[in-house]
Amino acid sequence: MSPTKDAAWSGQVEVFAYRRLAEPYHSLTIVAPDICARAAPGQFIAVRTPDDRSLLLRRPFSIHRVDRRPGWAGTVDIVFDIRGRGTEVLARARQHTSLDVLGPLGRPFRFPKEQTNCLLVGGGIGAAPLLFLAEELRGHGHRVDYILGGRTSEHLLRPIEAKRASLTVSFTTDDGSSGTQGVVTDILEERVRATKARVVYTCGPVPMLRAVARECARLKLPCQVAWEEVMACGFGACLVCAVPVRLERGAGNDEGWGWARCCTEGPVFSASRIHWERVEDAPAGVTT
Amino acid sequence: MSDPRLEVDLAGVKFRNPILTASGCFHYGKEFAPYMDLRRLGGVIVKSLSVKPWPGHPPPRGAETPSGMLNAIGLQNPGVQAFIDRDLPWLVQRKVPVIASIVGHSVEEYIRVADRLRNAPGVVAIEVNISCPNLDDRSLMFSSNPDATGAVIRGVRRVSSQPVFTKLSPDVTDIVEIARAAVRGGSHGLSVMNTALGMAIDTESMRPKLSTFTGGLSGPAIKPIAIRCVYQVSRAFPEIPIIGQGGINSGADVAEFMLAGASAVAVGTANFTEPTTAKRIYDEFVEYLTRKRIKDVSQLKKMLKEG
Repeated sequence: MSPTKDAAWSGQVEVFAYRRLAEPYHSLTIVAPDICARAAPGQFIAVRTPDDRSLLLRRPFSIHRVDRRPGWAGTVDIVFDIRGRGTEVLARARQHTSLDVLGPLGRPFRFPKEQTNCLLVGGGIGAAPLLFLAEELRGHGHRVDYILGGRTSEHLLRPIEAKRASLTVSFTTDDGSSGTQGVVTDILEERVRATKARVVYTCGPVPMLRAVARECARLKLPCQVAWEEVMACGFGACLVCAVPVRLERGAGNDEGWGWARCCTEGPVFSASRIHWERVEDAPAGVTT
Repeated sequence: MSDPRLEVDLAGVKFRNPILTASGCFHYGKEFAPYMDLRRLGGVIVKSLSVKPWPGHPPPRGAETPSGMLNAIGLQNPGVQAFIDRDLPWLVQRKVPVIASIVGHSVEEYIRVADRLRNAPGVVAIEVNISCPNLDDRSLMFSSNPDATGAVIRGVRRVSSQPVFTKLSPDVTDIVEIARAAVRGGSHGLSVMNTALGMAIDTESMRPKLSTFTGGLSGPAIKPIAIRCVYQVSRAFPEIPIIGQGGINSGADVAEFMLAGASAVAVGTANFTEPTTAKRIYDEFVEYLTRKRIKDVSQLKKMLKEG
């Protein structure tokens, strides 16, 4: 039996280009026309580590960008920093390296139905899915503005591409080496007013997501977050990537919350659905 | 040569082939249906079921280790009734034989789950997951104590309409002693083995990698331990059918478990890497049997050369 239409594409792809971005970040462009054709912003691909078969599990990577230019085989970009043995090996992939990938996986960002001003808020490498989102939102006629945050100017993910995909970009850095010294939420309200944003999309470290969600709730703005959690399978079977979400009480649920699977019920969640009191800011050690 | 005979009989239940999927590694089947025809499987051992829904542990619930992974899912499941109402009919409709894995915090809870599954259509056997803290006995695992193991199995047998398999843990002084308690309690068969308890620490953050600190180690890293356990148990109880599990990722691994004494196998962690893993392993195993000119899969467990 051949895979059905519900199945993600699975197979070997070729690396078209490796690029070292700013100091901490690496980028891979893979030739994957089937994934490229079906991918939507917020979705991810799950990549096996080449060479080292003692690393069993796939690593999930947000789709950073796709290239659907006619006449080319479609490509998909991922960006990452080195967090462990898997990403270390992956950072050695070069043109023609073969990679085993599964995707696209997960639920994408939801788009506004009417023409809407959208503010994208990304922190560090977490900003990865926002470039794809910005390009698609603009393609649908929405205004896009950006806030990019990072520890230093080097940690701002692809600031020039962010600028090209949006009307305005504002930066915050912990050390003040670029933009405003501070964190993204220091300038969020001001940017919302200046851009007349009616919806916020965000991805980044948990403390940042929590702060952005709180600020959006205060400003009564809908906010979608792209969640990151350790995964084993990426397609809903293992229950490793648990995210605490609010649930209706009743029907066997007296607590009013439960675990959702980041991979299939996310990775994009409405910020108001996350049960923030149960989210840990600094969970146990995670290496990928 | 004609195709090898793959059908196996486990405690009176016939399976069309000996390749099952392991509990907790195939959820309730739905996630794999887009990728493979589930009828290719001998059967599915579903994620463990408790009387009431269990929420499971906070993240991080998983950590990769060399040739393996640690998990601390915490037996999250929707409860046996939700399974019967929602997941079981879906599996039955697709003609997938179901082995229901059951868990509890007390003998009473195990009995209540088994009782709910009594005569449930499509449930061909019960696998009792005894790697669970016994709250009646100050958190000692049922699996580490022969008396507690015997008590659970006797209780489950009293209410079950299906054959009962006991899933043994490797974290014991003598696995044969626990196997004996299960068999004396009336277990028709044995599942060998569950994950091995392990731990990993991130040296940069100096924190344990799992929220619960310790968790179950699975994958090829534990396969030699599982082969040893199957071998020891099958030599002690040659008449008792064994479902071998622990790190299976190829057709050769299936053969290895059967040579050690297993009548069937269950594929676990390898399903997470690739949703079509079980189908690939099936194809590789058939190729192995054909190449070795083995006409009936049941012959394998008598073919280990020990001389």
